[in-house]
Amino acid sequence: MNIHEYQAKQIFAQYGVPTPRGIVANTPEEAVKAAHELGGSIWVVKAQIHAGGRGLGGGVKLAKSVEEVEQLAREILGMTLVTHQTGPEGKLVQKVYIEEGADIKDELYLGVVLDRAKEMPVIMASTEGGMEIEKVAEETPEKIVKVAVDPSIGFQGFHGRELVFGLGITDKNEQRKFIDFASKLFKVYMEKDAELIEINPLIKTGAGDFLALDGKMGFDDSALYRHPEIEEMRDISEEDPDEREASQYGLSYIALDGEIGCMVNGAGLAMGTMDTINYMGGTPANFLDVGGKANAETVAKGFEIILKNPNVKAIFVNIFGGIVRCDRIANGILEATKMVDVHVPVVVRLDGTNAEEAAEILSNANIENVIPATDLADGAKKAVEAAKGAK
Amino acid sequence: MSILVNKDTKVIVQGFTGSEGTFHAEQCLAYGTNIVGGVTPNKGGQEHLGKPVFNTVKDAVEATGATVSMVFVPPAFVADAVMEAADAGIELAVIITEGAPVRDMQMAKAYAVKHGMKTIGPNCPGIITAEECKIGIMPGNIFKKGNVGLISKSGTLTYEGANQVVKEGYGITTAVGIGGDPIIGLSYKQLLPMFEADPETEAIVMIGEIGGDLEIQAAKLIKEQITKPVVAFIAGQTAPKGKRMGHAGAIVSGSAGTAKEKMDALEAAGVKVVVSPADIGKAVKEVLSK
Repeated sequence: MNIHEYQAKQIFAQYGVPTPRGIVANTPEEAVKAAHELGGSIWVVKAQIHAGGRGLGGGVKLAKSVEEVEQLAREILGMTLVTHQTGPEGKLVQKVYIEEGADIKDELYLGVVLDRAKEMPVIMASTEGGMEIEKVAEETPEKIVKVAVDPSIGFQGFHGRELVFGLGITDKNEQRKFIDFASKLFKVYMEKDAELIEINPLIKTGAGDFLALDGKMGFDDSALYRHPEIEEMRDISEEDPDEREASQYGLSYIALDGEIGCMVNGAGLAMGTMDTINYMGGTPANFLDVGGKANAETVAKGFEIILKNPNVKAIFVNIFGGIVRCDRIANGILEATKMVDVHVPVVVRLDGTNAEEAAEILSNANIENVIPATDLADGAKKAVEAAKGAK
Repeated sequence: MSILVNKDTKVIVQGFTGSEGTFHAEQCLAYGTNIVGGVTPNKGGQEHLGKPVFNTVKDAVEATGATVSMVFVPPAFVADAVMEAADAGIELAVIITEGAPVRDMQMAKAYAVKHGMKTIGPNCPGIITAEECKIGIMPGNIFKKGNVGLISKSGTLTYEGANQVVKEGYGITTAVGIGGDPIIGLSYKQLLPMFEADPETEAIVMIGEIGGDLEIQAAKLIKEQITKPVVAFIAGQTAPKGKRMGHAGAIVSGSAGTAKEKMDALEAAGVKVVVSPADIGKAVKEVLSK
């Protein structure tokens, strides 16, 4: 789960990670009120969406008067912001964050992520703030300082020293401030079960203070049960409505841009099914894992969600029955076709426990749209043919 | 022969009396697994499925001499259960539980490693030595005895792969579902050398997916140490970047962890890489009839 910049900064503030002062606004009027409350003579109006690259997309602008704050808030609120992370369809801006202007001397990068190879969190820092960190990693990897922190000992002094010397921070006062910043950020990462924290840029002001000018946080979904305060920050409008609906039924769904709907049990087999369709010359319309307990209700819901996509020309149901017997799944599919109007051809491949009985049930039912398949290759081939025939 | 577990392996079940634990322990017993007891706090002294229940893993190990634990404890408590097993001297914990917080597994795995306990999973189907010992939730009937070892991040692809191998007239020595979480126990790097050393295993199937770099590490190891033929499939060639594909660890971040880079690395290491999982059986036949 991801949150907005303003929410990440609220969490930072709770831990004493320094940020510029700011107030979130839903309307231009609220933006004006926020600017008055913050005071000063320079403000930044920032679109709040779950994607990076907002500045380049025109979603972050500087205002030199309260009137300008209002005008910019009016422009940005309600705009569809397109960045390299939103996809071409962009994202609707519903909130802006009004922040006091900052005196930027240097721009740095600071992040914490899980290093899967080391199996512990790693703090990443770079002097190349403001740039895409993946790009820095590719082009100038020597400019990224990585310090893995074993959670059993936590953030120690030496971790801090490796960071500041790696970044070339030589002023002792600045060293102390940066180490304090990083150690607090690491504490946020651990205590909130974050999956990722990124501050890009982290700025050094003219006075030698470090401030989080941006803030991005993602959380481990499996740990949300112990963080109701994070769950409360969820912004449903940032999530794909179909993915969200699917997840409420225990289905894992991701829309793609092809023509063949897929319904599969197991994430690996679901990806493998997409790959096989592609290999056979077709295009998958979605990833859908119905999980280990495929039954009539979940299959019906799966059909419903797949068929919302107008590009779908055929559906490939690929189930490998393990503990769940295939004959039960076959009956589930038949029931599901009664519950949902399935108007495209459905290729069904059921393998594993009681596969023969299942095949018999399907062929006896003799439903016009249902095409049985013997194995994965056969099913994918028939689905690709059915999609082509439907054109 | 086989790797890690066989018909003599003494197994306990943590989360024995819960609904999942009960259902799958029953299936494992029916398969012939030597389950010698289970652990559920406050139910010590009772009997369940004809086996003794203990309050702690320590009690269970003392009374039964078990060396392997199958863990069905709910996600919020699974790290505790795994560390308890390590502390009690269990040699291998097979963690079936899905949805364990990453931070918890980090801690539990580090503790297990420190105590010399191997782990498989979490969020995995478990391990099966064909026709001898099933510790997990896979359909046992698919796994006919044979000469192919199997390692997979995905549950249903494990069944798919094993089924194809059997349909081609071969069979399985041991199949290990290692799970698709960001932090997992044994992986290709530890398991491939075990299969290499197992005299009955003549070929190895490895099934990977997008995310992380375990398959890349495996490619390096195969090049250096593995002489037996390896067939590989990497799921997620058509997966979009930045999207989590069902498994918590199955995500291409930036340009790292793509199926293509993994397939290329494996191919360069001399592995027979198939583009579709539908070709796993055929590929096994091809490498074994060489």
